[in-house]
Amino acid sequence: MSMKRKVAITGVGQSKHRGHRQDVNQPELVWEGVSDALADSKLDLKDIDCIVHGNMELFEGIHQPDMWHTLGDGARMKEGIRITTGGTTGATISCAAANLVASGLYDTVMAVGVEKQEEGQTTTGITAMADPLWGREIQTGAITGATGVIWVTELGERAEWAAAKLRVSAAKNAMRNPKAHLRINITEADVMNSRLLAYPLRLLHMCPESNGSCAVIYTNEEKAGKFPQKPVWVKDHVTIHKEETFFRGGPRPQELSQSYAARTLYDRNGIKDPYKEIDVFEMYDPSSWWEMDWACHFLRREKKEVLEMVERGDFELEGAWPINPSGGVVSTNPIGATALIRVAEAALQIRGDAGEHQVPKDVRTALASGFGGTFWTVATLLVKEL
Amino acid sequence: MTRAAIVAMAQTRFEPKKGKERVQEMVWEVVKEVRETTGLGIRQKPGDIDTAVTCSDDFFDARTISDSCIGDLVGAHFGPEEKVAMDGLNALFYSAACVLSGHSEVVLLAGHCKESQADSRNLIGYCASDPVFLRGVGLDYLSAAGLQMSAYLHRTGATEKQCASAVARDRRHAAKNPKALARKPVSVEDVMGSDYVCDPLKQLDIYPVTDGAIAMIVTTEDRAKKITDKPVYIQGAGSCYNDYYLGDRDLSRDQALVAAARRCYQRAGIKDPRHELDLIEIAAAYSYQELLFLEALGLVDDGHAGRLIESGATDLGGKLPVNASGGMLSGNPLLLGGLARAAECFLQLRGEAGERQVAGATRALAQGATGPAAQHHIVMALAGK
Repeated sequence: MSMKRKVAITGVGQSKHRGHRQDVNQPELVWEGVSDALADSKLDLKDIDCIVHGNMELFEGIHQPDMWHTLGDGARMKEGIRITTGGTTGATISCAAANLVASGLYDTVMAVGVEKQEEGQTTTGITAMADPLWGREIQTGAITGATGVIWVTELGERAEWAAAKLRVSAAKNAMRNPKAHLRINITEADVMNSRLLAYPLRLLHMCPESNGSCAVIYTNEEKAGKFPQKPVWVKDHVTIHKEETFFRGGPRPQELSQSYAARTLYDRNGIKDPYKEIDVFEMYDPSSWWEMDWACHFLRREKKEVLEMVERGDFELEGAWPINPSGGVVSTNPIGATALIRVAEAALQIRGDAGEHQVPKDVRTALASGFGGTFWTVATLLVKEL
Repeated sequence: MTRAAIVAMAQTRFEPKKGKERVQEMVWEVVKEVRETTGLGIRQKPGDIDTAVTCSDDFFDARTISDSCIGDLVGAHFGPEEKVAMDGLNALFYSAACVLSGHSEVVLLAGHCKESQADSRNLIGYCASDPVFLRGVGLDYLSAAGLQMSAYLHRTGATEKQCASAVARDRRHAAKNPKALARKPVSVEDVMGSDYVCDPLKQLDIYPVTDGAIAMIVTTEDRAKKITDKPVYIQGAGSCYNDYYLGDRDLSRDQALVAAARRCYQRAGIKDPRHELDLIEIAAAYSYQELLFLEALGLVDDGHAGRLIESGATDLGGKLPVNASGGMLSGNPLLLGGLARAAECFLQLRGEAGERQVAGATRALAQGATGPAAQHHIVMALAGK
């Protein structure tokens, strides 16, 4: 699997992500992200050949929302397609836009992800994904303490402190990112004293419901050379889904999609040690517990070693292997845009344009992940030079 | 463009209510058939199906992430799957793009829609209306179509009777299609005599509530030749979004379809669509769209489609056969309107359309529409060689 044509990211944009955006309607919120991407790329709408739109219909209760959103995404009289895969949507439309450019069908494609979660009930929306016969009565949305229980059972209270430390680190990063939603000054004790959702998962471990949009512009090699913005190259992307029944084959633990996706991506691209070869990681972290757990899979390390990395501060903005300098999903989560924000932020880090939350090193390789559906993962590898 | 090819296709019978099957069972029926036809496994050995593209809709399935319940059926357990959430012809187009990009080699495409699950199909179309301006006036897809039909008839002078003749033609064709839902022929008088539902739309002007699923396998030109003797090639495609608010458009014309068709013809190298295409499949959910779309595709002069249909020229055996399958008016769910058109082109171009075969068909055109009064269009040219 190798793309036939090189694909570059030539501009990224985001709205101001906030818990309440009653000052704008959905197309206006979309336009904030789109106009920001056009400004960043120094391109005009006429330079865009095709729009790839994605979000979660049942969160706001708008059927076929790409129709209404043409007022904000610039798709009027343009080619376009709507692609959705749940929480991974943002990452999937990134892959789709890259595929459409690599296919040679279009020169320049813009992926647009959005969610205005205050206009619906997110947990109701997520619960509706469970099978109506077998799962809907017991589905609890995205709130689960299972991963935390495994960590606490194996590593005790140290794990609880580490998860809290990761959450504080995300909050500190978000304070340096003006677009982040939750920009809060918190301590580990605040996290550990926050309301219990499902032991040991607490309110502050969990991602918020945000309103926001994100747009990323992809182009081919020829155009990338001519367009004003520095190109960031899409080296590869991997999508790993799983069937909806989590426990097929009995209680035997199955490999996580994060692990499978990381393995596939590294094998295909000759990455032997991600700790040394990847400079920054924008992870889709729905909770700090999952961030810590999934770091093991993306780093190909055991829990204990990752726990030490957390304690050492490796994942902090100035650390050896920064995760989510943007503040991550625990700080900002407009779901249809969330996974695309990971790609956009990873691209900014490679360009060195992340401003106050730029990591203090030369970023040549960045990883972005998406999470959604029934434990699905999309992993995207971006590089400064192909 | 370099070409992607369809090597296998399966469709369920289209029925008003598949009460004994869940969506998973509908999908499995067609996925099983295309896998058996081609002998392809899923990532078991090199050259197998490597990617799944699906088409479904959260509203029609009343389920967030409607593709999650069919992941295992399309081989997405520890593999890639992406869902196109609009008319299925876009999913076929995207499958072709995946293959042309080099990122995938063999794509399994599966689309499903079970319209009978919703108490009211109109309520789903209503939910596409923005909550600020349009929901207050009760605009749904049906009323948007009623307004468009009025605008079209008023401007062109086409008549309700001419629209009815398109229904009668589609039903004549459907009688020869064992997969179609509405196989009983109806006359122009039957259509004219059916109850008004949304003036000027009458009951028989409107596509019936339908359940069904379609699967295809799409791959590169080289691989296609090794899998089947009769690949069907995707020569080119183009799409376009129109304005959202009906008042922002000239509703009596279809500028988005004009643009989508122009893009498709240019990519497929079609200079004279009226003479280069052997059959046309149009995703008209409402009778007047048979006329409006035919004109916007540039296949007949503006305002002349009604007379062309009445003359019998678009019948099987006529000079420009339209909807040999029976079209959407004989029963396809909204979401699969365009994909069902490509399915018919596939059968026709392989000479496998049975009683309704267009003799010697080598080039065909399929079209699909999404949104209120067909806000988004996709047009695709397919060829047997």
